[in-house]
Amino acid sequence: MSPMERPLTSNLRPDGNAVDIAAYERAGGYEGLRKALTMQPQDVTELVKRSSLKGRGGAGFPTGMKWSFVPMGANAPKPKYLVANADEMEPGTFKDRVLMEGDPHQLIEGMTVAAYAIQAEVGYIFLRGEYRCSAQRLRAAVAEAKERGFLGHNILGSGFGFELHLHISAGRYICGEETALLNALEGKRAHPRTKPPFPQVSGLWGKPTIVQNVETLCNVHHIVNKGPEWFRTLSRSGDGGTKLYGVSGKVNRPGLWELPLGTTLREILEEHAGGMRDGLRFRGVLPGGASTDFLVEQHLDTPMDYTEVQKAGSRLGTGTMVILDEGTCPVGMVWNLEHFFAQESCGWCTPCWSGLAWTEKILLAMEYGKAEESDLDTLRFQTKFLAPGNTFCAFAPGAVEPLQSALKYFSGDFHRHIEEKRCPWR
Amino acid sequence: MLTAEEQKEINEELAHYPNKQAVCIDAMLIVQRRRGWVSDEDIHDIAEFLGMSTADLDGVATFYNLIRRKPVGRHVALICDSVSCWIMGCERVRDQLCARLGTTLGGSTADGRFTLLPNVCLGACDHAPVMMIDGDLYTNLDERQIDPILDRYK
Repeated sequence: MSPMERPLTSNLRPDGNAVDIAAYERAGGYEGLRKALTMQPQDVTELVKRSSLKGRGGAGFPTGMKWSFVPMGANAPKPKYLVANADEMEPGTFKDRVLMEGDPHQLIEGMTVAAYAIQAEVGYIFLRGEYRCSAQRLRAAVAEAKERGFLGHNILGSGFGFELHLHISAGRYICGEETALLNALEGKRAHPRTKPPFPQVSGLWGKPTIVQNVETLCNVHHIVNKGPEWFRTLSRSGDGGTKLYGVSGKVNRPGLWELPLGTTLREILEEHAGGMRDGLRFRGVLPGGASTDFLVEQHLDTPMDYTEVQKAGSRLGTGTMVILDEGTCPVGMVWNLEHFFAQESCGWCTPCWSGLAWTEKILLAMEYGKAEESDLDTLRFQTKFLAPGNTFCAFAPGAVEPLQSALKYFSGDFHRHIEEKRCPWR
Repeated sequence: MLTAEEQKEINEELAHYPNKQAVCIDAMLIVQRRRGWVSDEDIHDIAEFLGMSTADLDGVATFYNLIRRKPVGRHVALICDSVSCWIMGCERVRDQLCARLGTTLGGSTADGRFTLLPNVCLGACDHAPVMMIDGDLYTNLDERQIDPILDRYK
C-alpha cells in the first residue's frame, strides 16, 4: 500500500493546538464545500451513498441512505435541521474530542456539505458539557467560518444559507440516543421518542432532521472532494474510509490512531498500542465502547469493520477499545459497566431502570463475595429480559452486551467469586 | 431575580431557537455559571422569564446531572469512575481525594472549598485515570499527585 492516507487526522498539530482557518485553507480546507456548492444537492447524497460511508457513532447505519429519506424539493417542510452528535459519552471513547479540539473547521466543513445535501437551513453541534476545550475551539471556528463566508446567508455566493449553533449539553449518556438528543435540544427531559416517525421525516420541532456523529460528518467533504472511489480504497473492508481506533487499559501505549477500516484487532493492539504492559496477559476487549460484547484471544485476527466484528459476536461500536488484562477482575469490570448503565438509564421504561438496577446489585454482591449460584441464573435471565424488542430503545440491549459475553467467556471467574466468597483480585 | 447580564446571555441564546422552552437548559447553565448552583428561586425566575411552569422546568433540571440543584463548594472536582479509569485505578485516586478532603463522593468540605462528584467517562481514556476540577482536566493521576493539584485551588 502507498503511504497511508489519513484524511481525518492529517491536519492535527503535534502541540495539540487547534488548526486555525488560515492553516486549514492552506491544507485544502473548504475545497470540498466549494465543489459541493456547484453540484445538485441530491448528487452530493449520491456520492456519499457510493462511498459506503457508515455511521461512526456506534450503530453503523449507511450515511447516504439516511440522507435519502429526507423530503426534498420546494414542497419539503421548512426549516430542515442537521445536528452533529458530539455527545461523546460512551465509556472508553475519546475520538470525537480529538477531532473537535484539533481540527474544528473539519467538522464545520463536513456539516455544511451535509446540510447542503439535505438542504438544511439550521444546524446544531450538540456537545457534552464536560468538553470545555472543544466548546471554546468550536465557538472560535464557527465565528471564523462565518466571517469568511463559509457559514451564514448565501454561502460563497451560492444562494444556499446555513446557520450553525453550538449547544452545550447538561449531561446524561442517553442524550447520545438520537431521539433523546432531539428532546434535549428542545429543552425537555431526554427520553427517547417512539420511531416511527423517524427524525429524517419528523425530528426537531417536527421538522426533517439528520443527526450524525462527529467522525461521520468529518468524512463528508473529503468524499465530495476526492470521490467515492478514492474513499473506498482507503479501507481494507467492504465499507469505505479510515476509522479512528482507540485503545485504553493496561497496554504500553494507550492512544488513538486513524487506520484503514478493517485493520485487525491484533495489529491495532500490538503495532500501535505496543502490546500489553508489564508482561500482563491479554484476556479480552470491549471492541467499541462499554455497550459492546467482549471479544477474546481467539478473535485477535478479526478485521475491525462492521461485518467482521459482528461475525465475531460483537459490534464495531465507536471503534475505541477497552482492554481487560489478567490482573483485572472481569466481574469487577462488568460491575463497573452495569453500575454506569443502571445510573444512566433514563427511567422511561420499566425493564430498563428496574432490570439494570437489579443486575448491578447482583454484580456488586458477587464482586464482594456475597452472591450465590442462583444469582448467575438471574443474571442470565436479565440478559434475555433486556434483549432487543423488550425495551423502549437500544440502551438496555447495549447495556447487557458486555454482561452476556462475560458470562460466556469468564464464567470460571464468576464461579470463583461465589465459591471463594471473595474477589480473588482484591 | 435574574441579573441584566444573565438576561442578556439568555436572550442571545433565544435567537438560536424557534421557541423559548428550547433555551431552558442553556438558561440554567448560564445562571449556574455565576451562582454555582440553581436554587428554587432561580428555577422560579427562569421559568417565569421563559414562560414555563416551575414544575416543568424543575422536571428538566432534575434530569441532567450537570445542573446542580444543591449548593456546591467554591471548586467542583469531577472524578471519572467509568471503565477505563476503573481499570487504571480510579478507586485509589478517589479514596485519596476523600481522605485528603475529609468528605465523601457527593459531599462538600466543611469550609466550602471543594465538592467531590463522581462523573461518567471524561473522554480521556488513553490518559486514565482522570478528573476535572472547574473545567481543568488532570490526567494519568496517581495518589502522589493529588496534594499538589488540590493546593492550586484555594
